[in-house]
Amino acid sequence: MTASVPRAALGIEGLHKSFGDLEVLRGIDLDLAEHEVVCLIGSSGSGKSTLLRCINLLEPIDAGRIVVEGDEITATGVDVDRIRRRIGIVFQAFNLFPHMSVLANVSLAPRKVLGLGRAEAEARATELLDRIGLADKRNDYPDRLSGGQQQRVAIVRALAMQPDLLLLDEITSALDPELVAEVLNLIRELAGNGMTMLIATHEMGFAREIANRVCFLDAGRILEIAPPAEMFSAPREERTRQFLQRVIDAGRL
Amino acid sequence: MTGGPLDPGHLIDLGIGGPRRIRRRLPPGEAVRSTLIALVSTAVVFGLLAIAVTSSPNWADVQDKFFNGAIFSRSLPKIVEAFGTNVAMFLIAEVLTLILGLVLAILRGLPGPVFFPLRLIATVYVDFFRAVPGLLIVALLGFGIPGLGIEGVPGDPFLWGLVALTLVYAAYVSEVYRAGIESVHWSQEAAARSLGLNRLQALRYVIVPQAVRRVIPPLLNDFIGLQKDTVLVSTLGVVEIFRESQILKQAAFNFTPYLDVALVFVVITIPLARLTDWLVARDRARHASNR
Ligand SMILES: Nc1ncnc2c1ncn2[C@@H]1O[C@H](COP(=O)(O)OP(=O)(O)OP(=O)(O)O)[C@@H](O)[C@H]1O
Ligand SMILES: [Mg+2]
Repeated sequence: MTASVPRAALGIEGLHKSFGDLEVLRGIDLDLAEHEVVCLIGSSGSGKSTLLRCINLLEPIDAGRIVVEGDEITATGVDVDRIRRRIGIVFQAFNLFPHMSVLANVSLAPRKVLGLGRAEAEARATELLDRIGLADKRNDYPDRLSGGQQQRVAIVRALAMQPDLLLLDEITSALDPELVAEVLNLIRELAGNGMTMLIATHEMGFAREIANRVCFLDAGRILEIAPPAEMFSAPREERTRQFLQRVIDAGRL
Repeated sequence: MTGGPLDPGHLIDLGIGGPRRIRRRLPPGEAVRSTLIALVSTAVVFGLLAIAVTSSPNWADVQDKFFNGAIFSRSLPKIVEAFGTNVAMFLIAEVLTLILGLVLAILRGLPGPVFFPLRLIATVYVDFFRAVPGLLIVALLGFGIPGLGIEGVPGDPFLWGLVALTLVYAAYVSEVYRAGIESVHWSQEAAARSLGLNRLQALRYVIVPQAVRRVIPPLLNDFIGLQKDTVLVSTLGVVEIFRESQILKQAAFNFTPYLDVALVFVVITIPLARLTDWLVARDRARHASNR
């Protein structure tokens, strides 16, 4: 028997994306194994958010392929709504639904998309909220919660769909420093439970600690990809070094 | 509220206290003083106006022809009774308008080339019915359709008046909805779609509920217009408030019944206008406290 190669949870080949004349992604190739955590780093405007949005099919792509658990999701004629169920995404700005209670936020998609009954969906949502210590806030509206609490609800809302893959886009950037830890702890726990994640982040310390591999995105290309120990102590590329130096100068490492 | 109805803070609440400013509690002495100033200046302004009007040369004549107390109170019961027709018409039209307007707004927002024909139809519809005077639509439908004499098509002028007003106001209301839908940040739709909701579900559960909350004040505004425009169906011979007042005017050779009509509209519109102001103020306060 041949050694079993872990099946790719996510495969990206030759991904190109432009906004008008601006070519934002210029040929991205990236594979994530199951249970792998990969952090995307890179300066502002390098295309991190765009990459995540393309994977979730929130942006149409210009060229290339994206494969999730063996299914090509960028093929023509696929049901994008089915695909999005399998891929969770959490945004920097939380994007909770302000007109719904926390419980309704978390149970909406399981009810309307997965077809769960109200009682079951709410029981599951309550269980998830309990895990992040917010079950007692389930009837509150999002604007009554702190930023950290809102972001954790947003994460749990994505988890309620039991996605195969979770995309996180700078989920702590909009938070006050003292609220960052509670959100990162939750991500740590998810990583510990084997959730496959692709995380765009400016928190280099966190990337170093949690990532199996770190990916440096520069002007729409993956310039360097390496385990965090290598990436942060001995980057191969000059541009990676410059970027990390700027981060150190800014006191973020 | 601890102050009386003329407490300046209260006036601001009702939306007649002038441009909205940060509400502050006035110390008692100052509150009394500003209430007095408001009262005195109001009395002076209206007093001067009254003197100017009543001292005009033909005032006695005009007073008898337009402000005849006896005719006013004699006409009022009939006017109020006829107003029932207007009320029935605008209540039904408002419900239908809300539904048709939302459908039009959603059609106009459908993406992609497949839906181009629907977008086109909705756009032309809205442009047309906002451009053509409502009176013309009322007359075209009210006289035109029964005039065709098609078997099975009712000729009831109330019905066609109702249809005409609904068609016209749905165009306005759809624009209000559309502005509301566009004011919901795109990231809300992204969040909904990323959870696997399809476009219609995202609209139904996420976008439209937020949009509607925001546009309630402008919707009420359009309703005030719709309520007044129910008098247009008088041209079709429907005996509603304005038609009734014309009949009474003819009978008495006196314009005072029009005053009855004006009074009735003022009485039903002012609460709606104040409700609108209150909703706007509440919304603004809520936004201010959130961010
Ligand atoms: N919808 C859009 N239309 C036009 N240009 C866009 C759009 N979205 C992103 N861009 C552009 O694409 C480039 C990459 O943006 P992106 O948001 O992916 O960067 P990023 O790496 O996430 O940056 P940051 O660290 O600031 O979040 C930027 O130049 C941005 O202005
Ligand atoms: Mg970004």
